[in-house]
Amino acid sequence: MRSLRARAFVATSVVLVLTIAAACSSGGGPSGDRTVTLVTHDSFAASKSVLQAFTRETGWKVRVLKNGDAGAALNQVILTKDAPLGDAMFGVDNTFLSRALDAHVFDRYRAPGLDHVTPALRLDRTDHATPIDFGDVCVNIDEQFFASRFGHGEIPQTLEDLTNPSYKNLLVVENPATSSTGLAFVAATVAHFGDGWLGYWDKLRANGVLVVDGWEQAYNGEFSGAAEHKGTRPIVVSYASSPPAEVYFAKPVPTTAPTASLDRTCFRQVEFAGVLRGAKHPDGARKLIDFMLTRTFQRDVPLQMFVYPAVAGTPLPPVFTTFSRVSAHPFTLSPSRIGRDRSRWIDEWTRHVLR
Amino acid sequence: VSSRRATGRVALAAIPLAFLAVFFVWPVGAILARGLWHHGSFDTSAFGTVVDDPGLAHVVRFTLWESTLSTLLTLAVGLPATAVLSRARFRGRSLVRALLVVPFVLPTIVVATAFRSLGVERSLGAILLAHCFFNVAVVVRVVGTAWEALDPRAEEAARMLGAGPVRGWWNVTLPALRSTIATAASIVFLFSFTSFGVILVLGGPRFATLETEIYRFTAELLDLRTAAVLSAVQLVAVVTAMSVAGLAARRSRGLHPLTAGSRPARRPTRARTRILGLTAMLPALALVTVPVIELGRAAFAHGAEGFGRLGTTPVGLPSSPLRAILVSLQIAIVATLLATTLGLMLATAISRGRSRLTRVAELLVVLPLGVSAVTVGFGFLIVFDHPPIDLRTAWVIVPIAHALVALPFVVRTAAPIMAAVDPHVRDAATMLGASPRRVWMEIDRRAVLRAAGVAAGFAFAISLGEFGATLFIVRPETTTVPVMIYRLLGRPGAANLDLAMALTVVLMVLTAATALAGDLLGTRRATVV
Repeated sequence: MRSLRARAFVATSVVLVLTIAAACSSGGGPSGDRTVTLVTHDSFAASKSVLQAFTRETGWKVRVLKNGDAGAALNQVILTKDAPLGDAMFGVDNTFLSRALDAHVFDRYRAPGLDHVTPALRLDRTDHATPIDFGDVCVNIDEQFFASRFGHGEIPQTLEDLTNPSYKNLLVVENPATSSTGLAFVAATVAHFGDGWLGYWDKLRANGVLVVDGWEQAYNGEFSGAAEHKGTRPIVVSYASSPPAEVYFAKPVPTTAPTASLDRTCFRQVEFAGVLRGAKHPDGARKLIDFMLTRTFQRDVPLQMFVYPAVAGTPLPPVFTTFSRVSAHPFTLSPSRIGRDRSRWIDEWTRHVLR
Repeated sequence: VSSRRATGRVALAAIPLAFLAVFFVWPVGAILARGLWHHGSFDTSAFGTVVDDPGLAHVVRFTLWESTLSTLLTLAVGLPATAVLSRARFRGRSLVRALLVVPFVLPTIVVATAFRSLGVERSLGAILLAHCFFNVAVVVRVVGTAWEALDPRAEEAARMLGAGPVRGWWNVTLPALRSTIATAASIVFLFSFTSFGVILVLGGPRFATLETEIYRFTAELLDLRTAAVLSAVQLVAVVTAMSVAGLAARRSRGLHPLTAGSRPARRPTRARTRILGLTAMLPALALVTVPVIELGRAAFAHGAEGFGRLGTTPVGLPSSPLRAILVSLQIAIVATLLATTLGLMLATAISRGRSRLTRVAELLVVLPLGVSAVTVGFGFLIVFDHPPIDLRTAWVIVPIAHALVALPFVVRTAAPIMAAVDPHVRDAATMLGASPRRVWMEIDRRAVLRAAGVAAGFAFAISLGEFGATLFIVRPETTTVPVMIYRLLGRPGAANLDLAMALTVVLMVLTAATALAGDLLGTRRATVV
């Protein structure tokens, strides 16, 4: 018994020492001088081959630091602006743009590729934030539900339709206080109804709208049209790119999308990148932002992050051209207006819809 | 002798206290100051505007209400199971104990999904049930450790003298356990008080607690002023709760018939006893087993496909799940060593005598459980930002953060075990000429080893499962299993979901296996003693 325990002790110690040694050797991370650090949110994704192409072309390696959702990531950048965590930041959207600009977290930089970006997306006239991609937050519906229960033609089309009693208890939305998707939808109602937007939400509430905390719970947990469909509600606030995502990830690949996006209910989100003020490698950061506007990166964007490339004329993958459509008349609000009123909207919304 | 002992006590406590000061008090203080300290003076008006808000009063009330109910429910479910597990010897006892620890490490988001797919609707009830699910392990472990070490002969004597089983328990065993029950209750209370994911996902947006509000004001709104006031309110509430628990624990001091070595539990022979025992364990067992089985079912829903892809790096993630498992184990080992060493030093100081310093230390060490992960995480970001200690991107910051969370458990479980060593025995040994080293080897060593075993098991599980603070300091190289699960769930596609569920099962098995191994090792050691 003794010797067995002694041997077990020795074995445990050896494992311990080895793991710690391994830990220390893997500890420091890439600290080479030619590594540019990109601070971003949890949803950032790029193909490995694309990032490797950047390294091949410029000699810079990329280290990606994900810091929570879009809001939390930006706030950490603001909080650490005296000693930034990285060199470049990606993922400030138009609902947060004014906060980033007011806090002066970006250095001025005008990427040569900016001229090719769709003009409507160039929201920062001061050349600190470079538009990289855009997406539409739209109401999505479960095709199968409406095909079976209502027949065609009775699918809701507009924001007003959602207050119709025949859609009672069918809609699920995200809390704008905790979800950027939810905030974008609230912005859509402000853009469309003006001062009457809270009245609209009162009607939605009376019509049984369900509020959940974030997009994942709304889409994967409550919506009935998702592949894993655990939910029961056939109308959800999601993205114009959700139907192609459904098709892309389905096995076997279907010929029609199980869901559809209503393109008269969309709010346009634009995502920006910038060189962080006080960056250790501003050079690499500028190169990275240039690269984000190249065709290599822009073509990669749709299937990695399920958003649309900002550079006009970038070819889209077939699943996007077949199953999604960019909204012809999305709702928009100026970043400065959103920056000024965001807190007030959220407070009033919370009082009207949740309390 | 006594002054030298006091000096030794201070020296023992000094290192862990310095650790807490640097890695907890400083960052939290800095983030609170960032919110409240303007142009050289404190912005006291912030308190006025926030405290006057009727919404806040509501939030505070609900937080207290929810955590009190959660604590009571967890005790009601956990204590009967603890009684059986510490007093009865039966086949599969270690397995049951290991199973009950599993929830402790599970990411809330995954558990919430399991609860939802079991048909639990968003409500206060769902919140309580989930808190009970997560924390039943705290009761079983903390109270069970003391209960096993309790000499059953006192209660048996009472029974012999004519007391019924309930009276015997109530008058003899309960008073002896009161301090550990108070400890367990206070830890459960803190976990429920600062719970985040459960409130958001299983409560829904209608429910707001201090913790969710602090997160919202800090991470989403960057309103550090309001967040600081809320954090101050949270701290006051936590310190009050801890003081109440401390009072309850102190009152029972001296009634401690703990023996250094635990007596082996008995094998129940009568059928009635067996059925009674099973019934007592049933609520805890059902509560833990049902969601765990549901998680297993979800992982195997599409065959074992997810398990086959554990070795490959998924799109959009920095490393493979297999790599995350390795990283988690490495971090857990370092965190365990750190927490156990520092915790035992502090526990020794506390168990050897009561001075103002040790009392402050006892309270201070629990505070990391009562402060928001976001407050600590953001504090780390603004404090450790200059070389030579730019720890924000250093590997070691993750085990340090985990050790902060584990430290209260280590101290709180180890202190009673070490206090069980009668100081007179130690004095007698010294008197008879034993060197301090010899005294330690002959008298303290066993108690310390036992305490270290229990505490290390706890620290390991905490590190494996820690998520809230990790998310703020995680780097691509330090992606742990819970963070990886969270990231996978955030990516579109059923394949990522399968992988996340497979990884959850691996985490469950890993936890159960370590708990089982620790348990078997501990029992063996106990019989040797």
